[in-house]
Amino acid sequence: MEGKAPIMRRSALAAIAAIGSASLLVAGCSKADDNTNDNGTNSAGANAATKGVVNASDKKGGTVTYELSDVPDSFDPGNTYYAYMYNLSRLYARPLMTFQPGPGSKGNTLVPDLAASKGVSSDGGKTWTYKLRSGLKYEDGTPITSKDVKYAVERSNFARDVLSLGPNYFQQLMAGGDKYKGPYKDKSGKGLSSIETPDDTTVVFHLKQAFQEFDYLVAAPQTAPVPQSKDKGVDYVKHIVSSGSYKFQSYDEGKQAVLVRNTNWDPKTDPLRKQLPDKIVVNLKVNPETIDQDVLAGKAIDLAGTGVQASTQAKVLTDTAKKANTDNTYGGRLVYMAINTKVKPFDKVECRKAVQYAIDKVSVQTAEGGPIRGDIASTVLPPDVTGYAKSDVYATSGNKGDAAKAKEQLKACGKSSISTNISARSDRPQEIDAATAIINSLKAAGINATLKQYPSGKYFTDYAGVPKFTEKQNIGLIMMQWGADWPSGYGFLQQILNGKAISQSGNTNLSQYDNKDVNKLLGQAIATQGDSARNSLYTQIDKKTMDDAVLVPLTYFKVLLARPTTYTNLVSTAAFSGQYDYLNIGVASK
Amino acid sequence: MISYILRRTFAAVILLLVVSAVTFAIFFLLPRLVGQTADQLAQQYIGKSPSKADIAAVKHNLGLDQPVYVQYWHFIKGIVAGADYNLGPTTVHCDAPCFGYSFKDHVAVWPQLTSRLPVTLSLAVGAAVMWLVSGVVVGVISALKPRSVFDRTFMGVALAGVSLPMFFTGSLAILLFTYQWPIFGRTYVPFTDNPAQWANTLFPAWCSLALLYSAIYARLTRSGMLETMNEDFIRTARAKGLPERNVVVRHGLRAALTPIITVFGMDLGLLLGGAVITESVFSLHGIGEYAVQGITDNDLPKILGVTLLAAFFVVIANLVVDVLYAAADPRVRLS
Amino acid sequence: MTELSQTGAAVGEPTTGAAPDAFLEVRDLKVHFPTDDGVVKSVDGLSFSLEKGRTLAIVGESGSGKSVTSQAIMGLHRLGTRGKNVRMSGEIWLDGKELVSAAPDEVRKLRGREMAMIFQDPLSAMHPYYKVGDQIVEAYRVHHKVGRKEARKRAVEMLDRVGIPEPAKRVDSYPHEFSGGMRQRAMIAMALVNNPELLIADEPTTALDVTVQAQILDLIRDLQKEFGSAVIMITHDLGVVAEIADEVLVMYGGRCVERGPAAEVFETPQHPYTWGLLGSMPRIDRETSERLIPVKGQPPSLINVPSGCAFHPRCPYADIPKGNVTRTVRPELEQVGTGHWSACHLSAEDRTRIWTEEIAPKL
Repeated sequence: MEGKAPIMRRSALAAIAAIGSASLLVAGCSKADDNTNDNGTNSAGANAATKGVVNASDKKGGTVTYELSDVPDSFDPGNTYYAYMYNLSRLYARPLMTFQPGPGSKGNTLVPDLAASKGVSSDGGKTWTYKLRSGLKYEDGTPITSKDVKYAVERSNFARDVLSLGPNYFQQLMAGGDKYKGPYKDKSGKGLSSIETPDDTTVVFHLKQAFQEFDYLVAAPQTAPVPQSKDKGVDYVKHIVSSGSYKFQSYDEGKQAVLVRNTNWDPKTDPLRKQLPDKIVVNLKVNPETIDQDVLAGKAIDLAGTGVQASTQAKVLTDTAKKANTDNTYGGRLVYMAINTKVKPFDKVECRKAVQYAIDKVSVQTAEGGPIRGDIASTVLPPDVTGYAKSDVYATSGNKGDAAKAKEQLKACGKSSISTNISARSDRPQEIDAATAIINSLKAAGINATLKQYPSGKYFTDYAGVPKFTEKQNIGLIMMQWGADWPSGYGFLQQILNGKAISQSGNTNLSQYDNKDVNKLLGQAIATQGDSARNSLYTQIDKKTMDDAVLVPLTYFKVLLARPTTYTNLVSTAAFSGQYDYLNIGVASK
Repeated sequence: MISYILRRTFAAVILLLVVSAVTFAIFFLLPRLVGQTADQLAQQYIGKSPSKADIAAVKHNLGLDQPVYVQYWHFIKGIVAGADYNLGPTTVHCDAPCFGYSFKDHVAVWPQLTSRLPVTLSLAVGAAVMWLVSGVVVGVISALKPRSVFDRTFMGVALAGVSLPMFFTGSLAILLFTYQWPIFGRTYVPFTDNPAQWANTLFPAWCSLALLYSAIYARLTRSGMLETMNEDFIRTARAKGLPERNVVVRHGLRAALTPIITVFGMDLGLLLGGAVITESVFSLHGIGEYAVQGITDNDLPKILGVTLLAAFFVVIANLVVDVLYAAADPRVRLS
Repeated sequence: MTELSQTGAAVGEPTTGAAPDAFLEVRDLKVHFPTDDGVVKSVDGLSFSLEKGRTLAIVGESGSGKSVTSQAIMGLHRLGTRGKNVRMSGEIWLDGKELVSAAPDEVRKLRGREMAMIFQDPLSAMHPYYKVGDQIVEAYRVHHKVGRKEARKRAVEMLDRVGIPEPAKRVDSYPHEFSGGMRQRAMIAMALVNNPELLIADEPTTALDVTVQAQILDLIRDLQKEFGSAVIMITHDLGVVAEIADEVLVMYGGRCVERGPAAEVFETPQHPYTWGLLGSMPRIDRETSERLIPVKGQPPSLINVPSGCAFHPRCPYADIPKGNVTRTVRPELEQVGTGHWSACHLSAEDRTRIWTEEIAPKL
């Protein structure tokens, strides 16, 4: 979820309709020096990796270096929630399904990985069956069985006192999931009964309710097999048993991980991985400026994929040659301001609409860092998430806001002015700047908002995510950013719009929006088979939400990645928040 | 002398106990006093939407469900006798001295500290040698020729060195010496693996850190020398007919350096507790960077561990400095 | 008796360039320090000479230029950070060698060997970090190519000579472990370790208590006899002068105001400033209330030395000579007796009258 880190899970599978406009937007901001080439092969030029694979090559050998300014929550595939670890862990931990490496929203295509084919659903989407490929082996040569997949799901979702850092969707979805105590406490040896392994290559999931996006869930590293005999709880991270094309040569907590070829990985069992470099080095806690320098020098990839530092951005954008090796891509994320429907007078839709009209989104975009950091938004779903449809319910001329229309709405609301508070995270300067820009444009419409700042670490647990707190403090407007856990409308909308998701602490439905129709539509969508039917429901929810004016979309978040020229097979995928797909990156020379 | 060192060591242990208690209170007791519950503390170390049972279990695993004084007692006991930590399927024994167990990484703090110490030690000692030599040489020359071109130039540089932040000088050093002219390596190599590589990769960091300190030391030495060279005993030395070089080195420097050595000892001791900014800028995985990790993650055992280690070094540095001072200045008697 | 220059011309405008017969001869010495506030004329035209085996006392208030004179002879002014800031002129002849124009290293080689110095405060004058013995050894080895052992033997011998008990043990003590008197003895041992022919003692007894003072003076006198050195005793204490000096040179404002054989200067002093000094000399046979007649007023500024006679602002008799002469004309040294010189505008009659009628009875 969003409160935790720069970029958590997920980006988006753009609806077919959306692809055109999305790439149009991407292309639009760099037309001048853009060697447009949409055939999916390499072509240096700005944004090339958002349109195709740059430096496509099968050349083997060399070392690929990843650098991270932070430390990941964990390398353990069952104990991580970071998008970049979802991306990277596939090198040593194969989930049942994964995403096909591809540019932009093409990267959102789900393909079987450990499984031989996509999940087969029965029972109206309540039962999902996966067959594993044959000949799968761990790094030590022992065979991988479906029991290991079952065990991996159990340890990652049901032993949350031990492995607590990943999401727990399976715990919420599996039949009997609330009763099962997890493999470390349950000594029966049978595990969770709603996951069946009738034979060594079959795993069957029985859900509480229909869930048609289950393939997305099993694309999480939590389904990557873990041999029970080797599991040491949180200590497993020190000796991860690889099922992928690389295995750990060394793991130095908080400093470095080195991966080398897994000789027991059989390319015949794996149509996706190419196993190109000899070695993969992950350096942790590297100074962010150093990372940028290394990336520009072609010596490393920024593992987090959150884009270059502000100073580097200025440098690369003013240098045509350097700019040709950058990718400005969507991050599957919406920057928005929630309007708290439980704080007066925003319980009235007209008052909320007044806010919608009043805001000058251009000034907000500028505060966030300009067009490089995001396009102006007018929908809940970003363009790279399925269900997106272009729409602008509260359009104002040039997105500059319209004080007159806002005052009209205010009048209809029975008010001549409003006094309220707006919350933002004190340690995020851009969010503070954006909130300040909003305060200024609201003032022209007679809405006086006062800025309240809270630390991001406790924004959800203690402040903005605590309904009692926001009510008491008269916080009517709440700054927010959201990225989905998987690139679908459901993954994106469920946590921020579902009335049932409102909780007393750690709440992410900040508007406290509890609309029967929306709740129903969400439930209906996830039970709907067929992508296009489901996606049109997401569009409907988006529309309904905007009509109710419970949140103000500000910008569709974008990142500026520097592309190391010496590495091969670089493609920015929407499946991992715009990061390069880490599955097949190799070294061009040596 | 021996009894003096013994007494001081004993006092040091008491001091460290007090430091540990205060640190413990700051990080474990204070949050509770301002209304944070153990549940909220535990929640920081769990991922998404934890259930009540999850929180309770984590709280228990981390020992946060016990009264603070009991937690402290366990911590102290761990240092002496080791401790056990429940990791789910296995219980891990943390050998004495067990300085706690990271809430975030689930790794014992002490082995992390010891594995990081060589990095910090390399950085600190290397830089210390550089700044001591360069600072003293520049300071002495400046003092012998006050208001000369040399003096004005280097004191200007020294002022800049003190004022420039490590973020700037460090980044500049990296930019120039590892990218513009890639003379120096970028990834730390242990001394025991390859001493040449070790020095090569650390050199820019040493220079940056040394610039900061040598500036201070140059000014210290300069003022110390200026004062000393006006002492009566310098006049006596000259009256003996000693060559001026001997007067400066044997009589002037010897007296001027003694107080500097004590400052040096304290600075080095402080640095061994972690050169926070330098380690971050140069991506060195030392003690200071570990502290940063602990602070950003709110990982209390890490912070506690680093604080104690740093306090230990400062206390030891204090003791060493006092003993050294007594050795250097016969007028000082240890008692 | 010390051979002083026999003619007034030799004193006021000395013949320059030629080596003198005297062991030490200072001719028209000027030591000036340019500062931001102006030129400090610490010594401004001083001449005197001294033979071996004789003791010259230079007396005067602090700031009169007596210490600067001694350090000028030693060549210490030209060293260190102030070295570049000093202007020295005139001549200093030591045993036939001229020191003002000599190369610094030549002077250095003489320092400690031919001429040595002992200082006022032996505690601060000795290096606190080195053993007494080592400091003496160092002084010896600068000028003698001998081993440590031999030098140490010499140090013990010297300590013994200056009357330090258990010298073989004390040689390894640090200065702070000595008493004040012992430190000064050690200092003397260090100064005499190379048998210097000239010993300059700069207020050697000021920091010591009275009984020790006498012992130290005795020691210096004894050693002088034994070594046959020339001694310059810098002091502001006429008691010391009476004790030890053959010759007296009274300095005021960087210049000599009176000079002559000690006995004569004490018997018939010719300068009002000397009278003042004698008046402020404590004497055991007088009542406390009577015996001190201090010189009123402040010592002169060495940057703006008063015109005419530098002493005139403080001189009770400045108005006796006719006209404004004391305020406009600087008095030159004039011979007033055998080897006795004084720089005063008062007529000989006036001086004799004032001395015999006003001053002497009160002393």
